Amino acid sequence: MNAAAEIDWPARLYGALKRANIRQVGYVPDAGHARLIERCRADPEIRDVVLTTEEEGVALAAGAWLGGERAVLLMQSSGAGNCINMLSLARSCRFPMLMVITMRGEWEEFNPWQVPMGSIVEPVMKLCDAEVYRAKAPGEVETLADRAVQQAFGDERLVALLLSQQLIGKKVWTK
Amino acid sequence: MTLERRKVMATLLAERGKDLLVVPGLGSTTWDLMAAGDDPRNFYLWGAMGGAAMIGLGLALAQPARRVAVITGDGEMLMGLGSLATIGIQRPRNLAVIVFDNAVYGETGGQPSHTQGGVDLAAVARASGIADCRNVDDEVGVAALAARLKDFDETLFARVVIAADEPPRVLPLRDGAELKQRFRTALGLKP
Repeated sequence: MNAAAEIDWPARLYGALKRANIRQVGYVPDAGHARLIERCRADPEIRDVVLTTEEEGVALAAGAWLGGERAVLLMQSSGAGNCINMLSLARSCRFPMLMVITMRGEWEEFNPWQVPMGSIVEPVMKLCDAEVYRAKAPGEVETLADRAVQQAFGDERLVALLLSQQLIGKKVWTK
Repeated sequence: MTLERRKVMATLLAERGKDLLVVPGLGSTTWDLMAAGDDPRNFYLWGAMGGAAMIGLGLALAQPARRVAVITGDGEMLMGLGSLATIGIQRPRNLAVIVFDNAVYGETGGQPSHTQGGVDLAAVARASGIADCRNVDDEVGVAALAARLKDFDETLFARVVIAADEPPRVLPLRDGAELKQRFRTALGLKP
């Protein structure tokens, strides 16, 4: 195991969210986000809100900001597609919208059905006027997360932090 | 006699306390809220169909000392039906979701909504875990709901059966960033 692989990037991501005083976390359960979700659920200062679909999280985060709290939305690349129209709310009102997206449909993907949405997340998010960052290695996650937080809440805009499939690891299909 | 939407909105907000925050849905309920009197504690929606209840949830969680009323239409609620399930497991004590149900899509020409076909929104809310779910179809019920809005302390859902008429539009401010900012300022939050 090399040094980079030993970095506990979900813990670093959690640390960045805590430094940013994130108080609401909206998510649809996702294997790539599992460790981060676990940390958030165990934190009494964070309200974890499990969603039926990711677009609910966009509206949740807007409501949180109206009430003075910071929220983050955790989702998988397929969920990004579910958010598109609701992201108009963030753009029209200049709501801070921090999205952390685990990628599927790229590195060593076994399920071809993940490819159509996964392959267009980056351009689609850019079309939605989101600033897009991509972490490919464990050592990049924390720095990019801090920058994403600063841009989302400092500049009141949409920011998507993509976590590459190469970072997360491939899904094991046969157990 | 069928309830008129503007009268219902006016009655619900007639004795509005300073701590009641209101999120209407896009379309008719936004015009109804504006017609009842503009207020910086109203967050009007000109889009985000299906999102009103979830905006209310995020706001209610962030502002536990204030009450939040989402007042939307049946079509808008139907587009975000899953949010009732999400609210049903969060159950904030300070969130009320009120649906003006006229069983049609008024903004687009009066096409029938699912509620006309028998979908029971109060039953969906109840099955989602919201304990206080009510159907309101007369003025006594509206008066009781208005009184409850002042002192409810568990998640509340109400479906109000209203006439399918379209009163003249009363349009609020359209600039989303300004609506957001004046709302936050009214709550004493910094820009």
